[in-house]
Amino acid sequence: MTDTSVIEKPRNQWADVWAQFKTHKGAVIGLAVFIGLVFFVSLGPFIWTKDPTYINPNAAEMIKTRNKPPSWEFPLGTDQLGRDMLARMMKGGQVSIAVGMVAMSISILLGTLVGVMAGYFKRLDGPLMRLTDLFLALPLLPLLLVMVMLFRDPLARAMGPEGGTFLLIVFAIGVTSWMQAARIVRGEVLALKEREFVLAARSIGTPPRRMILRHILPNVVSPIMVSATLGIASAIITESALSFLGLGFPPDFPTWGRLLFDGVDYIQQYPERVMWPGIAISLTVLSVNYIGDGLRDALDPRIRGR
Amino acid sequence: MKLKTALLGAAACLAFAPAAFAERGSDGNVKILYSQAVSIMNAYLSGGTKDIEVGSLVLEPLAGYDSKGEIFPRLAAEIPTLANGGVSADQTSITWKLQPGILWADGTPFTSADVVFSYEYCTHPEGGCAQGAKYEGIASVEALDDLTVKVTFTGPKPNPYTAFVGATSPIIQKAQFEACIGAAAPTCTEANFAPIGTGPFRVTDFKVNDTVELEANPNYRHADKPKFATVSVKGGGDAAGAARAVMETGEFDYAWNTQINPELQAQMNAGGKGKFVSGFGTLVERIEMNMTDPSPSLPEGERSTTKHPHPILSDIRVRKALSMAIDRGLLVEVGYGEAGRVTCNLVPAPEAWASDNTDCVNQDMEGAKALLDEAGWTVGANGIREKDGVPLKLLYQTSVNPVRQDFQALVKSWWNELGVDVELKAVDAGVFFGGDPGSPDTFQKFYADVEMYANNFDGTDPEAYLSNYLCDKAPRPETQWQGENVNRFCDPAYDELVRTFAASTDPTERQGIAKKLNDMLTKDSYTIVPLVHRGRLSAHSNSLGGVDLNVWDTELWNVEDWHRVQ
Repeated sequence: MTDTSVIEKPRNQWADVWAQFKTHKGAVIGLAVFIGLVFFVSLGPFIWTKDPTYINPNAAEMIKTRNKPPSWEFPLGTDQLGRDMLARMMKGGQVSIAVGMVAMSISILLGTLVGVMAGYFKRLDGPLMRLTDLFLALPLLPLLLVMVMLFRDPLARAMGPEGGTFLLIVFAIGVTSWMQAARIVRGEVLALKEREFVLAARSIGTPPRRMILRHILPNVVSPIMVSATLGIASAIITESALSFLGLGFPPDFPTWGRLLFDGVDYIQQYPERVMWPGIAISLTVLSVNYIGDGLRDALDPRIRGR
Repeated sequence: MKLKTALLGAAACLAFAPAAFAERGSDGNVKILYSQAVSIMNAYLSGGTKDIEVGSLVLEPLAGYDSKGEIFPRLAAEIPTLANGGVSADQTSITWKLQPGILWADGTPFTSADVVFSYEYCTHPEGGCAQGAKYEGIASVEALDDLTVKVTFTGPKPNPYTAFVGATSPIIQKAQFEACIGAAAPTCTEANFAPIGTGPFRVTDFKVNDTVELEANPNYRHADKPKFATVSVKGGGDAAGAARAVMETGEFDYAWNTQINPELQAQMNAGGKGKFVSGFGTLVERIEMNMTDPSPSLPEGERSTTKHPHPILSDIRVRKALSMAIDRGLLVEVGYGEAGRVTCNLVPAPEAWASDNTDCVNQDMEGAKALLDEAGWTVGANGIREKDGVPLKLLYQTSVNPVRQDFQALVKSWWNELGVDVELKAVDAGVFFGGDPGSPDTFQKFYADVEMYANNFDGTDPEAYLSNYLCDKAPRPETQWQGENVNRFCDPAYDELVRTFAASTDPTERQGIAKKLNDMLTKDSYTIVPLVHRGRLSAHSNSLGGVDLNVWDTELWNVEDWHRVQ
């Protein structure tokens, strides 16, 4: 027992969160898998430099490299036009993960904003919740069709076909999927508002802005996290549905969703063709779900440290 | 002596065996699978091919087309022509002689009154007949006597074989349908589900959108046909499932329209239970070149109109080079297998009407590059050709369809090799072919540089089809963007020749003109770049004989000759 042991290091909140997070085994594995996937799609193309859209212009050569099973030359095989599946998986993952993350961020931001405002300020509750109902009643696909028709050409001109489509899809998915989050958050906020610690904070004159950031938001993080993780999955799937309808990226631009749809035709002869993107999408969704689970526990001040 | 008698007896038995074998109904049951289920047996009330074809087992027209696209008589005694006087010299009327002695399945005689009634049934103003086009331009149909029908047209008609020819305009029985004319037509469910016909079979049981059971017509005009006693038609499923039911499991004898990818075709062929049959009609998958400027910087209403010629594709050398860079053989192999073949023609069939143009069959990448060099498009930065600072960049659109997307990727790779920058776009088929003038993505509006789709024409005469490429048939704001001349092709010489075509009556001359018109659109101008002549693909089991796939009429056109192979 020396004197030094008495002086504890000042406790950092985020260190606490991390410490709590580490105790959740699933979350740690999920995080590792997710980081692995992100490295695979972002750094992979620098190591595996094959062009994902390259088709051998020599017909005889092309025929020979069609529908190849996995080998050293093509670790995941080739598709019906002799394009390298590994390169396509990497390229496709970049888009799918980016679409999933960004669209999810937009929808969570919107949902939380609307939910907190509606729950905290009584006067805004009615209008904002009716707006939410209105969005819930909108049919997603026809709305997307109209958006694509109206904005694709101007956006494509301003940012190139791929950049424009990315922005459009991310925005379209974001603004049509925030409603559930808003409703859940509003419910939580309504309940929190009546709690003693909020009353205490209010009695010492805390302004609403500080009240929300300091007392309300940390307590509603867990439902937000849950809907965020589910949001990533549905954003990836919605993107693939859009590509399938011809509203998404140009047809030769691989995304996991498109690879999956392309593979369905060949599911009997070459089942690996649908398995690769299927596994990748499932892994992403699962890992993000586990990370969300762990984060929820780690961020909840009532659970942390117990 | 006894031995000789015995041998003679044996010989006689052998000689008579085929006759005994050829008896009506000797071959039992045949199972036919339509991947789209049958909902009605009356072709006049349905636009669906499946209804028309299954209906043709029961109802027959006066004449039909055989698998070569030649017309042959069914209920008529012979085909009326100018030569035999059946068609009047001024081509304003045609007189059909009916075969004597034909009975309906219920035993009553078939007469010219039934033919006249069929015309009245379909042209009734309140009827909503699906096959009205067949009776277009007819002034009157009259019965001259019990076995003679005269059709008078409103003007000269070079192709008088529309009414009562082919499975889409069959003869229905007057006695059965008399009360079902006009607005009452759809309410006569019993007659529509089990019409009395003159065809080889008659309906015994009809389940809407599920199964049709038929048996041999006892009053069919050939005593020894049909060979099968009963037919079961089952509906539902998809093309791959239908092919599998014939080729792999052997549950069915015949499957209609089994359009599946070549890989799957090969795999199913290995099943050994059946074979695919393909027939080639007039369907051609092609790339259309936009002769006008689709640039989005132009104001709406001027974009893709003849006011602004295309900055790149107006040069025929560019269009030709793009065509030369394509390896059509590979496209067929990747996309269609047995159900496709290379073509350079817009009118690929029937043989008598098809041009002998084969200049596009071989890919010529070097020639294409040289042609672009000659046209002044030189290779610039990133390997993209440019001329006067304008990069050679094309937007290539088509509908969403896995085969078309493969074609897009392949063509893009060849054009990239050529030094052309290609941007691909795929539009939902409902929108692309929807024709909505408000949508920017329809194939008529053509807000792209090149587009790919397939089209065909009805019947065997391409006049109406080739007339689509007249100057004034171009889709434009004034026509609500309707019209088939999506290229905005405009050549006064072409228009002139189409007029000659319409006035011409001599078949040989007409065929010559059709070939010339075809060449003007394809090898002389490369406005249309044909890729693949697409066929119909159906499957039949090895034990089913007599199948001769017909793309000019119903696929079941010769079902009375189908038999069981021992």
